[in-house]
Amino acid sequence: MQFEDIINIIRQSCGDEVIQEVNELSSPKMIVINAEDLIQVAESLYSNESLFFDMLSCITGVDNGPEANTMEVIYNFYSIPFEHALMLKVVLPREKPVVASMVSIWKTADWHERETYDLLGIHFEGHPDLRRILLPADWEGHPLRKDYKHQEYYRGIKVEY
Amino acid sequence: MANQIQYQYKEDNLLKSEPNKYQEKDLKSEEMLVNLGPQHPSTHGVLRLEIVTDGEIIRDVVPHLGYLHRCFEKHAESLPYNQTIPYVDRMDYLTAMNSEHAWAMGVEKMLGITDKIPKRVEYIRVLVAELNRMASHFVAVGTYAMDIGAFTPFLWMMRDREHIQRLLEWASGARMLYNYIWVGGLFYDLPVGFEDRCQQFVDYLRPKLDELKRLVIDNKIFVERTANIGVLPLDLAINYGVTGPMLRGSGLRYDLRKVDGYSVYPEIDFDVPVGEGLVGTKGDCWDRTYVRVLEIHESLKIIEQCIQKLKGEHKRTRDFDPQALVPKKIRPKAQEIYTRAENPKGELGFYFRADGKSDVPFRCKARSCCYVNLSIISELSKGSMIADLIAILGSIDIVLGEVDR
Repeated sequence: MQFEDIINIIRQSCGDEVIQEVNELSSPKMIVINAEDLIQVAESLYSNESLFFDMLSCITGVDNGPEANTMEVIYNFYSIPFEHALMLKVVLPREKPVVASMVSIWKTADWHERETYDLLGIHFEGHPDLRRILLPADWEGHPLRKDYKHQEYYRGIKVEY
Repeated sequence: MANQIQYQYKEDNLLKSEPNKYQEKDLKSEEMLVNLGPQHPSTHGVLRLEIVTDGEIIRDVVPHLGYLHRCFEKHAESLPYNQTIPYVDRMDYLTAMNSEHAWAMGVEKMLGITDKIPKRVEYIRVLVAELNRMASHFVAVGTYAMDIGAFTPFLWMMRDREHIQRLLEWASGARMLYNYIWVGGLFYDLPVGFEDRCQQFVDYLRPKLDELKRLVIDNKIFVERTANIGVLPLDLAINYGVTGPMLRGSGLRYDLRKVDGYSVYPEIDFDVPVGEGLVGTKGDCWDRTYVRVLEIHESLKIIEQCIQKLKGEHKRTRDFDPQALVPKKIRPKAQEIYTRAENPKGELGFYFRADGKSDVPFRCKARSCCYVNLSIISELSKGSMIADLIAILGSIDIVLGEVDR
């Protein structure tokens, strides 16, 4: 299936305006959608019989820095039987990065979203158990943010030794 | 007197450790909270499983990870692409060559030089990556037998793995963390005589694999401990993003070496083994181990074909320079890519964002196979016995360097 066909099917099932932007230079090719439409698009990606993206490979959070003042969440989908791929991007405001959780559709999103929350501070609405996963629960800040400054002391231990 | 004060129990000492998800008050009267410490040898002290048990039956498992803090992504976002390769080695330290290969392929794809890499370089890459795959599976099967309670297979596997480590040390100068595959080429051509020595090793290993099969796979005790334990249905595996021998153990013939056909794998003839449920249910712990053992056989096949090519069609010439294409400065144009490769433990993916202005990636995310494979443990072990949890955890074959980030 070609990239155009995938876009057409998404437009048919979710409406014409749902796709904000198409990026054919990235690999795999990417579409950008609004954060509000995420669950609707994801459900059609999973349940549409000709798309059938059964594998959610990766969820990446990106911080564009204080100047751009946006954050992004990027999803990589693969379809094992049809062997096609899609990259999906959601752009969020940096002050309040909230996006819907995918756990109800792909269980693998559970740990990926917890990691993104832990390292970048992006909140996933509807996640059953959004705790820190890699860092201690009382760690301050999210290390992969571009303006991250680590705390000087952690439980009385100097962080930068 | 001072000593007495020192040994007094303080209630808030407990609060200083990583908080549990369950508290004593959440539990029913028969249930108990147990901390399962390091069991698998590659999880030495860096993974804690919080278990709610009812007698010997497991009600829930909560893994606590993140004790290594290697900060791979933080490093990758502050160093040029070629300087990150030593850090890639340290992600899954048992499969450094495969991870390097995935990283190099990703950066080459961004630079658009994938098709220009000389065939000899590609064959050497596949040769060393498959050697490393066998070494990883040796550790997986050997330590798994040790988890189950047998010590001899571990020693025998380590003995055979030693030969691979010596071969790779001869080629790269290091035993585990190689920094051998570079973006655009290799650190060095293979040493003179490597192909012959490698062929000798293949001839040595073939009969040893029959020994391994008799010692572990067909062993009645091993079958009793692993068959019908931790059965992973295929749809659940895909929904959890599980890849590698775990997914193939559940019966799906899915291998990125075949699906994506990267490097020179399309030119090489090999099979993709899957679990068939020969002694138990399809997708149990036995099947996963069985798939790994069969994959060692397939790797031997690939290695033999690589040796033939490296001695024939693409043989060593005096003027061949494996570093000829290595770029002095890596500055890809602004783009976003996700690249993936089949590691011994599953799909290793890298997401890159280059801004086109600097040598350092703007964002680099590693989608590691062990991290995703481990996420299924809670689902797999609910309702099984504590002793089976050890078998299930071992059959996932994790390396904590990759679970951490």
